[in-house]
Amino acid sequence: MRNIYLDNNATTAVAPEVTEAMMPFFSELWGNPSSMHHFGGQVASYLEAARAAAAGLIGADPSEIVFTSCGTESNNTAIRGAAEAAGDSLKVITTRVEHPAVLGPCRWLGERGYETLELGVDGSGQLDPAELRKALAGGPALASIMWANNETGVVFPIQEAAEIVKEAGGIMHTDAVQAVGKLPIDVRRTPVDMLSLSGHKLHAPKGIGALYIRRGTKVKPFLLGGHQEHGRRGGTENIPYIVGLGKACELAARHMREEMERVAALRDKLERGLLASCPDTRVNGDRANRLPNTTNLSFQYIEGESILYHLSDIGVAASSGSACTSGSLEPSHVIRAMGVPFTAAHGSIRFSLSRFNTEEEIDYVIEHMPPIIERLRALSPFV
Amino acid sequence: MWNYTEKVLDHFKNPRNVGVIEDADGVGQVGSMACGDALKLTFKLDGKKERIVDARFKTFGCASAIASSSALTELIKGMTLEEAERVTNKEIADYLGGLPEQKMHCSVLGREALEVAIENYRTGRTSRKILEGKVVCNCFGITEEEIRRVVRENDLTTVEQVTNYCKAGGGCGSCIPDIEKIIHAVREERRRTEPPAAPQQARLTPVQRIHAIEETIDREIRPMLKKDGGDLELIDAVGPRVVISFRGRCAECRVAEFTMKDVVEAKLREFVDDGIVVEEAKS
Repeated sequence: MRNIYLDNNATTAVAPEVTEAMMPFFSELWGNPSSMHHFGGQVASYLEAARAAAAGLIGADPSEIVFTSCGTESNNTAIRGAAEAAGDSLKVITTRVEHPAVLGPCRWLGERGYETLELGVDGSGQLDPAELRKALAGGPALASIMWANNETGVVFPIQEAAEIVKEAGGIMHTDAVQAVGKLPIDVRRTPVDMLSLSGHKLHAPKGIGALYIRRGTKVKPFLLGGHQEHGRRGGTENIPYIVGLGKACELAARHMREEMERVAALRDKLERGLLASCPDTRVNGDRANRLPNTTNLSFQYIEGESILYHLSDIGVAASSGSACTSGSLEPSHVIRAMGVPFTAAHGSIRFSLSRFNTEEEIDYVIEHMPPIIERLRALSPFV
Repeated sequence: MWNYTEKVLDHFKNPRNVGVIEDADGVGQVGSMACGDALKLTFKLDGKKERIVDARFKTFGCASAIASSSALTELIKGMTLEEAERVTNKEIADYLGGLPEQKMHCSVLGREALEVAIENYRTGRTSRKILEGKVVCNCFGITEEEIRRVVRENDLTTVEQVTNYCKAGGGCGSCIPDIEKIIHAVREERRRTEPPAAPQQARLTPVQRIHAIEETIDREIRPMLKKDGGDLELIDAVGPRVVISFRGRCAECRVAEFTMKDVVEAKLREFVDDGIVVEEAKS
């Protein structure tokens, strides 16, 4: 049986080099980096090396990196921490297609008296910078705008958005969980104040993330406690996982350019192949501004969960924005925000690749998926 | 992944009775693309227009929607219209060895399609008569009567369950207080009309007792036997003895003895009186 993993925007395989780098910290190197003896001192140097690697991947200074437990914690810290530091006269601006880890804290602030606004997107999932400019008029604001969308791969014009927010005197946060490691990011060039990233989206394990906080940005800590992370996050550092994240960032920086070119070519081949052999299929999202690894296709007249089960039977793992896969009753909020017609929304399938995918795997999917679509359409009352 | 039973996966991967009967006697289409699942059921009656001889379906939906449709067609083939009319969503789910709670609405979709198809045969109408009631959930267009029915037939107690069974309340959520009121009302009605459970059952009058036995057979036992093409009849109930007679495939079934003790007797003991002894009528 095949085992073809095309769901890398959900989570990625841990790179063998990452696991290897982590292992000593489960055995001999178990010290607490805050301790004033060599058990701790030894470990502290690895902590700082990992911090430098994470900073290096996005062009930050190591002192601007705070390690967290996941992307969700990074987003909560950024949004709630900045709002708390600024007071409730702050306006909170985000977009309708953000990850729940951003929408959740923004709506939470809304319930607590903050003025909040969710910007819409057009049919290709793209943001209109003019709308952002308009939203920023009149008062201090925090904008949380994702770098790239997890479901469609659409990349927002984040350079322009950040410049607009900074011109207006606002605070700019970006959830870059899907972009880090797939796109070149340099915070020296792009004026974001805060940036969230997550380990398990770039071949580190689950349970580790980081938040970039530009020097001078006022953010209240989310976890109160000790002085760790320069007082920006209490709690003894999760050293094995931090070291793993550091290694993953180092690998990403080394492989990104060449690997992402290859991955983009595979993605394009997959997309072309399926569009050619499956009629009534459309691509969701702005194809010109998209992550190199993601394609979101809607197979009209059939439903996503049934497609996924059949794919799973032939050993292919993907995901869907259909209502049924989530246990909720409505299709993905991202697909709906884009105004994708219902005929297509329930049949959306996301393929997300990684540097571990091969051309042979893509050929296999191109060959074996169309009969599944045909079979399900034979059952559909709408065909 | 969902925890689907083998039977659900089998009916999903190898759906029975796919298609549309061109000269169908009854046609029922329910659901919509917007709602995420839709089912078109067609059936054909025998020459005397009594029994369903063929049933076919086309379904847009998830694995359990396809499996529920396939199960529905298998279930109703061979039934009289009167029998088909009594099929509940629970029977469809039971036929498949159960559905995940969040997927129960797939079985309700099946029951609704059947209802509309029978209505279509009788009156020529194609729309759902139940839609004439007051709409409670505007997101999914669910009426008060539909909600009352799933609550009644599946003994539901929470809004979350109602959402799982018929989607009502699963969109914007503004109708949740109304759904709560409906659940409360149905349960109140039930409390008033149904004879209270356990402690008083020992003091049932003979007539009440026979009534309770019949009800349990109808609700708990007959649907299970029917799935295998069998049936049973209550012959007598005297003291602790309940005499029954198997019909249909149960009559020739070699494990009928097992069915009698482990199904019939167990259910009657559970729901009527734990002293009941079931015997088969001597023919």
